Amino acid sequence: MLQTQELQINIGPQHPSTHGVFRMQVTLDGETVVDLKPVFGYLHRNHEQIAEVSTYIQSMPYTDRLDYFNSMTSNYGLALAVEQLAGIEVPQRANYIRALMSELTRILNHATAIGFILNDMGAWQTALAFSMREREKILDLFEMASGARMMCNYFRFGGVVRDLPPEFMPQLKDLMQGLPGFFDEFERLLRDNEILLGRAVNVGILPPEIAASYSVSGPVLRASGIAYDIRTADPYGAYSELDFDIPLGEVGDVYDRILVRFEEMRQSYRMINQIIERLPDTTGGHINPAMASIGRQKALRPPAGEIYARVESPKGELGFYLISDGSTRPYRYKVRAPSFINLTPLGDMCRGHALADVVVILGSIDIVMGEVDR
Amino acid sequence: MAAELQLEAERHGVFLTTVTRFYNWGRRSSVWPLSFGLACCAIEMMATGLARYDLARFGAEMFRASPRHADLMIVAGTVTKKMAPQVVRLYNQMPEPRYVISMGACATSGGPFRDGYNVLRGVDLLIPVDVYIPGCPPRPEALLHALMTLQAQIDSQQLDQVRWYGDDEPHEYPVPTLGRQGLEIDGALIDPVGGLPLVSPLRGPQYGEQRSGEIEHPQQVRLFPIMDESVARETPFRASGVSPEIAADDLKRSDVPEVGHAQSQR
Repeated sequence: MLQTQELQINIGPQHPSTHGVFRMQVTLDGETVVDLKPVFGYLHRNHEQIAEVSTYIQSMPYTDRLDYFNSMTSNYGLALAVEQLAGIEVPQRANYIRALMSELTRILNHATAIGFILNDMGAWQTALAFSMREREKILDLFEMASGARMMCNYFRFGGVVRDLPPEFMPQLKDLMQGLPGFFDEFERLLRDNEILLGRAVNVGILPPEIAASYSVSGPVLRASGIAYDIRTADPYGAYSELDFDIPLGEVGDVYDRILVRFEEMRQSYRMINQIIERLPDTTGGHINPAMASIGRQKALRPPAGEIYARVESPKGELGFYLISDGSTRPYRYKVRAPSFINLTPLGDMCRGHALADVVVILGSIDIVMGEVDR
Repeated sequence: MAAELQLEAERHGVFLTTVTRFYNWGRRSSVWPLSFGLACCAIEMMATGLARYDLARFGAEMFRASPRHADLMIVAGTVTKKMAPQVVRLYNQMPEPRYVISMGACATSGGPFRDGYNVLRGVDLLIPVDVYIPGCPPRPEALLHALMTLQAQIDSQQLDQVRWYGDDEPHEYPVPTLGRQGLEIDGALIDPVGGLPLVSPLRGPQYGEQRSGEIEHPQQVRLFPIMDESVARETPFRASGVSPEIAADDLKRSDVPEVGHAQSQR
């Protein structure tokens, strides 16, 4: 009988494959992972505590910095929660602009997420260069609408801060013409790649019952075969009027998570086409006129009560839980961050795999530490 | 006269330079940054390295994963009190000559998260910084400009005066620890959990200088109630023995004046 000894090693917080400042304490038997313990908190920036001493609209730019790839969907979560709490109506046009921005964000996020998974597999920055090229084009559109590339701060309670500029639509149509080619090119590059198949198929399987018991959400859950998407389960904004499918995986391995993201990008493309078609016929302006002045936004006093509102961010279910005591500041402000919840079954997914697979599995969950630690 | 002579020589294919300029030209044309992302700014740092902005034009595209290969640390993002010891340790592991760019508002001063209890109010409380970039996050162009500024600084260094050819050992910066009241160096409080940092944020440490932890703004120091054992937390939301500062804050909170939207609507 061969005598072996377990080895404990520490990955992170400064490591090129941990997607930010994240630490894993891994127990190894040879190359095989016996146990994995995630360590968080290296980017804990007191978002919730700062929000409790700020007015509601002052928290909006902080939500940009929660999930810094998807500032638009993070904005949407807070806006939705406060609107439901204060009973603010949103015009139809504003809802369509919001859905348009959310779906552009989804394409951006999934493209870069796949690029980062390939980074972790060793294709250092090759696939990422393709996805960042498209990301820059989408960021140009965001900058046109909101004035900022990454931290858009575009949503307001009751709508969005300003209407789309006239040059937005022609450039969006340009982008839309190029997107199917990008999807095909990107997928052809990766889908039948022998190395990718070897690294991704049957790696990090998350069975549906375990995924549900950890309350995992987003593409990770759908790759495990559970059709749960907030856009259909609890429709908000314009999503009840849009036509789209929910792609599902079969096995729940890393490969399924990549394919689900590819398909979700195509569904987002479908939705954006519908939005472009219907946007000229929508009613209402870009914001509810009662909330259009900045004074109204600042002095908003929702009635005392509590609310939990959620949106489907590209990472999963992003929820905001607010308690109002009737003043201009929330009494309690809690973020249900999808990255954080999706990270919890990491140990279960990695157990029994080689150490080199750990970074691939971590990449396939698609975490952002700003949201995990908040 | 010397310039004319040099021009004349260059016409004949002879290029003259000084050793210092040649040495600096070599160093500034291949600055290897540490692949070290902390938060949001790291994404813009990556975007700068990729196709559209192409950091390679300035010779700085070799992002190294090990601090022992790197010349330049781009502190890209919020440094928290939990991460600060690791940042100093990474800096200590870099070989001389080494440079630091503080990218974005968070790394420079704590930025929008300055009021948070877990955020370091500026990385220059702990390590010397060569170039600061404002912005939240700075655009990739701003990072390119910072790199060009750093290259100008490298160009102005003199070979016979640089610190890394002296007899001194490379300076090790003390690694801070997280104490009960904040970040401490050798028992001296540097950045408290509540209140502002205890050393002036406007003056970064000179190279080799060690922060003393002496209190420059005593009136701004306050003890944070959660760290104080006398405050027992009753419910998840409210502590029973609220410290007077927090109670005063709560009083302020109830009479926040409403912004005059009523007038503007009429």
